[in-house]
Amino acid sequence: MSDVHTTVDAKGLSCPMPIVKTAQAAKTVPSGELIEVLATDAGSVKDFAAWTRSTGNTIVEQTEDDGVYRFVIKRA
Amino acid sequence: MDDKPLAIVLFSGTDDKLNAAAVMASGAAALGRPVHIFLQYWGLDAFRSDRIKNDHGLAAEAGVEGKAAVDALRAEGQAPWYETLAMAKELGNVEVQACSLSMDVLRITEDDLDDLVDGTEGVTAFYIAVGDGQILFI
Repeated sequence: MSDVHTTVDAKGLSCPMPIVKTAQAAKTVPSGELIEVLATDAGSVKDFAAWTRSTGNTIVEQTEDDGVYRFVIKRA
Repeated sequence: MDDKPLAIVLFSGTDDKLNAAAVMASGAAALGRPVHIFLQYWGLDAFRSDRIKNDHGLAAEAGVEGKAAVDALRAEGQAPWYETLAMAKELGNVEVQACSLSMDVLRITEDDLDDLVDGTEGVTAFYIAVGDGQILFI
């Protein structure tokens, strides 16, 4: 796994901020680079699945540890 | 990417409904969908520059328990609705238009409104802008 280009720490933020902050960060991340997202919003699992499907980005890694969801997303 | 526009008729002026509208707008903006918000009556009143940061109260059904829950989330750092909306505007194509009839009802001009508002339009222009997109009434 190559290094992440940008990390979005959205822990403690309610819906829709994890997606909004990730979409904002994605604007500055070049194609093929990785974005790491940390979130505690319980809706984020389905939200990131839907957002990546709709925007063409890809979730390459997804874990959950003690209520913190971690997504690694490859920029389209 | 879904380009079908989302239109929100924002009639209500309580903080919970303003926040619901801001959340719906920012989610659509994150997906790349154009968003068109039409401000009517108390929704428009909440965008007056001298009142936008005020406490606008909650819908009647919130009650004491609901208010406590909303206050607790705010205390944990949830962004106020106007900041969520400002982020949505930075992120995507989100346009906020004041209903001209409501401007007359409230006896205000665009000078009285916060910079989040892009302009004034009538209901016909609203329908043309929305086209065959979805319309939410909040």
